[in-house]
Amino acid sequence: MIQHIVLYPIIVQLLLAILLLFSWNSVKIQKYISAGGSIISLLVAIGLMITVWNEGTLTIQAGGWKAPFGITFVADAFAATMVLLTAISGIAVSFFTVGTILKARLKFGFLPVLHFLFLGLNGAFLTGDIFNLYVWFEIIIISSFVLITLGGEKKQIEGAVKYFTLNIFASIIFLTAIAVLYGLTGSLNMADLALKIAALENRGLVEVTAILFLIGFGIKAAIFPLYFWLPASYHTPPPAVSAVFGGLLTKVGVYALIRVFTLIFVGDAFLENIILVLAGFTMVAGALGALAQNNIAKVFSYLIICHIGYMILGLGLYTEAAIAGAIFYIIHDIVVKTNLFMVSGLIYRIKGTYSMRDLGGIYAKYPLLSLLMIVPLFSLVGIPPFSGFWPKLSLITESFKIDNYWLIAALLFGTFITLFVVARIWAEVFWKKGKKIPEIQNFRYFHLLKIEKKIEIIGPIVFLAIISLYIGFGAENIQQLAMRVGEELMNNENYIQAVLGK
Amino acid sequence: MKTIILRTASDYLLPLLLLFSIFILLRGHYLPGGGFVGGLIASIAFVLHAFANGLENTKTLLRLHPGYLMPLGLLVAALAGLSPIFIENLPFMTGIWFQEPLPVIGMIGSALFFDIGVYLVVIGVSLTIIFTITESA
Repeated sequence: MIQHIVLYPIIVQLLLAILLLFSWNSVKIQKYISAGGSIISLLVAIGLMITVWNEGTLTIQAGGWKAPFGITFVADAFAATMVLLTAISGIAVSFFTVGTILKARLKFGFLPVLHFLFLGLNGAFLTGDIFNLYVWFEIIIISSFVLITLGGEKKQIEGAVKYFTLNIFASIIFLTAIAVLYGLTGSLNMADLALKIAALENRGLVEVTAILFLIGFGIKAAIFPLYFWLPASYHTPPPAVSAVFGGLLTKVGVYALIRVFTLIFVGDAFLENIILVLAGFTMVAGALGALAQNNIAKVFSYLIICHIGYMILGLGLYTEAAIAGAIFYIIHDIVVKTNLFMVSGLIYRIKGTYSMRDLGGIYAKYPLLSLLMIVPLFSLVGIPPFSGFWPKLSLITESFKIDNYWLIAALLFGTFITLFVVARIWAEVFWKKGKKIPEIQNFRYFHLLKIEKKIEIIGPIVFLAIISLYIGFGAENIQQLAMRVGEELMNNENYIQAVLGK
Repeated sequence: MKTIILRTASDYLLPLLLLFSIFILLRGHYLPGGGFVGGLIASIAFVLHAFANGLENTKTLLRLHPGYLMPLGLLVAALAGLSPIFIENLPFMTGIWFQEPLPVIGMIGSALFFDIGVYLVVIGVSLTIIFTITESA
């Protein structure tokens, strides 16, 4: 059965996590397993992508129980893309972790938990059952709690408390929404729900449920006005953790939003307007927040929020081209944001601080490294032909079609501020003459590291920079993929047919 | 808590509780019971032993650190889930069964192995938590 491949990304990560737990006592063996396993999972994800691209949507009924009674796993183009992106940033983060995370953290099971996190991510992308989606969300947040607190520094615990509280709150709302949905329809299978919700007469109650989902996923995706937990917590753990969180975790929320609002709650003008307004405010609020920060990791955290707005905007516009734009943006953003947090980690290694005021003079000391670090920065702004340009283009074109100039203004404002912030980072961190900052005792500065360590830190950044460049220069291929995803999401009959087999 | 009554009782209770936990584990597929409850009962057996005889004695009794039961149990459960793919080319987690029931145990299938996996994970997790708390207290 070719459909088995749908579950392979999940199974590979599960087996990897088990193997890593077995080698609890030897950090060295764990490093090799994690690195090798990440390569395997990338190959599996590529295999899944190719199969889905050629064969169309694949489904498998876990346990052999027929949909809508059992749990269905579905790999359509969207899910396969997300799994592939998880594997790409997973491989980078796995190598970066090995290079940067302190041995004390690795000893307490950092790598097994990291792979449990990837397990949860892959599961969330591939499941076709809304309650199962909740379970994968739980796996994701439990692993992320461990990752964010491991090490137990004071600021880490403080960030973790904020992160924990709001994410648990979001989970409760999500669970409540599922309960209401189940009460209304008696089903949990998303394809089945799509049919049953469309046939319901009590539209008021359906709308309330939809809003509950919007709030639950909205908190996780950090959209306006519930984003405050993100900049308060994402800069506290080590950069390798921030890279996974910034690159992937918020995108799970966006993925769930796009999935639920293109499959189950469709064609509701009221909801679309709410999403558009939220998208506009998210872009502006994130951009303004980024302006006020001095810590580079915090700047990137606020930029995450700003750019989540673009993806939500694509969903709110609700046309094929706009959703394709949002998908393209997600593809570009996962790679770039993961890379940016690793870049901030590298800057920290070089100088021993995150503060823009104290940083400086990196270009004079490391000209080649600076050129490498400018790739994700320019991609983030979307200076053509770097990768951020193309999705913004389609989002702006689609916004013009509905004559909503406020949205275009918000989008351009967000982009402009991003440009300003990136220019400021470039001027302050790279060009400005470096200040003398007192050296930290026992800190492993970048120039003191051994050459293998240096490669482990720079290698992942180079890898993701190359992927970013490919997304920018090979935009035609990515656009083709995004268009296909957009088309599949807008015509949900295919998804429903693939799951229910009618 | 190191009274002679508790210590003597725990010597008999340990094997009894372990047997009972296995009974609950095997009963689980169609009747109340299963890996989770069975695992809890088994860990209670060890916790009681630790109360009566001290943590160090229980640790020597166990030989292996209970933490290792977690990946072991996960592996057993995962392999039970994978077995239908390799044996009969059926979807992940499909229950496959032996044709003939075994005496005492009854029908054996992949579901039983999944339950054994859960049983081991539950013992591993609860003992690791309780041992860690006891040590740091």
